[in-house]
Amino acid sequence: MTPGPGPRIIAAMPRIVFTSQLRRFTAAPEVDSSALTLRGALDEAFSHNPRLRGYVLDDQGHLRPNVVIFVDGQRSTDRSALSDVLAADSTVHVLQALSGG
Amino acid sequence: MSDPNRAWVATRKGLFELRRPAAGAWQIERVSFLAEPVTMLLPPDDDGRMLAALNLGHFGVKVHASDDAGAHWREVATPSFPEQPKEATGVPWKLVLIWSLEAAGGTVWAGTIPGGLFRSQDFGASWQLVDALWQRPERAEWFGGGYDAPGIHSICPHPGQPDELLIALSCGGAWATRDGGRDWQVQSSGMRADFMPPERAADPNIQDPHRVVRCAAQPQVLWCQHHCGIWRSTDNAASWHELKAPLSSFGFAVAVHPQDPDTAWFVPAIKDETRVPVGAALAVTRTRDGGRSFETLRAGLPQQHCYDLIYRHGLDVAADGRSLLMGSTTGSLWASSDGGEQWQTVSLNLPPIYAVRFG
Repeated sequence: MTPGPGPRIIAAMPRIVFTSQLRRFTAAPEVDSSALTLRGALDEAFSHNPRLRGYVLDDQGHLRPNVVIFVDGQRSTDRSALSDVLAADSTVHVLQALSGG
Repeated sequence: MSDPNRAWVATRKGLFELRRPAAGAWQIERVSFLAEPVTMLLPPDDDGRMLAALNLGHFGVKVHASDDAGAHWREVATPSFPEQPKEATGVPWKLVLIWSLEAAGGTVWAGTIPGGLFRSQDFGASWQLVDALWQRPERAEWFGGGYDAPGIHSICPHPGQPDELLIALSCGGAWATRDGGRDWQVQSSGMRADFMPPERAADPNIQDPHRVVRCAAQPQVLWCQHHCGIWRSTDNAASWHELKAPLSSFGFAVAVHPQDPDTAWFVPAIKDETRVPVGAALAVTRTRDGGRSFETLRAGLPQQHCYDLIYRHGLDVAADGRSLLMGSTTGSLWASSDGGEQWQTVSLNLPPIYAVRFG
């Protein structure tokens, strides 16, 4: 007996959404990430466009002072380690902070 | 050869290219990076290659290169500091601003806040931190002048010595290398810092030279507009001696005649918290005898209720030694074609001006 196809599982993945303002400068498409930490998800997004890293993070890999990240609507506060834990259905918004003018 | 009838104005809202028709007035020819702060530029070389340093409000410092003298641009690498060791105290190892750009002998040099000097051998495709300067123990004593962190605003290559370079910092004095950046010596002896405790006033390592320029034809002569006055060196920065100018010896900018080491221009302001023209009347001071005397030049400049400040890179002289450009932090731009005797208004409505450069 040939086994039939099992139930189709659609695995949810965290989604990273970048401010459209970034597209004035470099490619910043929405990315579905397999990582379940904020740092890992961003690294995955940057792997598609390495130049994007320098727009979001500074020399030391910290979040730029005038960039803000929301995870499922909550502002991320760990700007150095970016240690937020993501759920499979999380949405991460990377936005410009109004402090930047 | 650089174009004597072309100039560049880096502003808070973009890079402006100026053109001067034969015997005509300067006109704005093109605007690049409209809306973006352009903190410094490197004018085109013989092949039309040039660089622009941006400081995006949200997304940090970026460098763009052009191969056709500003007609088209592409982003290139941004200088970046290495990972900061945990034990490294002091300013964060994070790029804040590209404050100076110079090219010499196939190398591009970028001076930054917080005080790192970078070099590129491939016109911005990659950058290397000059580690020997960054690792100097004296760097711990540097501090910010006008910004939170110290910065390199002046880079003076030596036209006859390809391995020699002099830089100046606010606030960290002047430093020179004579072996291509492997070893560095502080070169500010003679300067005086009134803003320090008396026992530290002569310390070369904490001086605030606002701007240092070198005479192209006689490179042993350097001029310095310092926070506490005007200094000149005639021995390649081995020693500096102070000069007194009329109106005020305070200011930010200095330009030196490319052929005549005795001729230099300054823009005096009321020291040092006030920072507006003396009497709210804009003037340029010029010496033609090495600083023994100064002339005050005002023709064509606003003489009532003028509060324009000419910042460090807001004054430049062309290779002809007669053409001058002067741009202010409130977006006014003036030009002279006769060494500063007469000035013409180019615009009073530009964004705040960070730098003017011929070429």
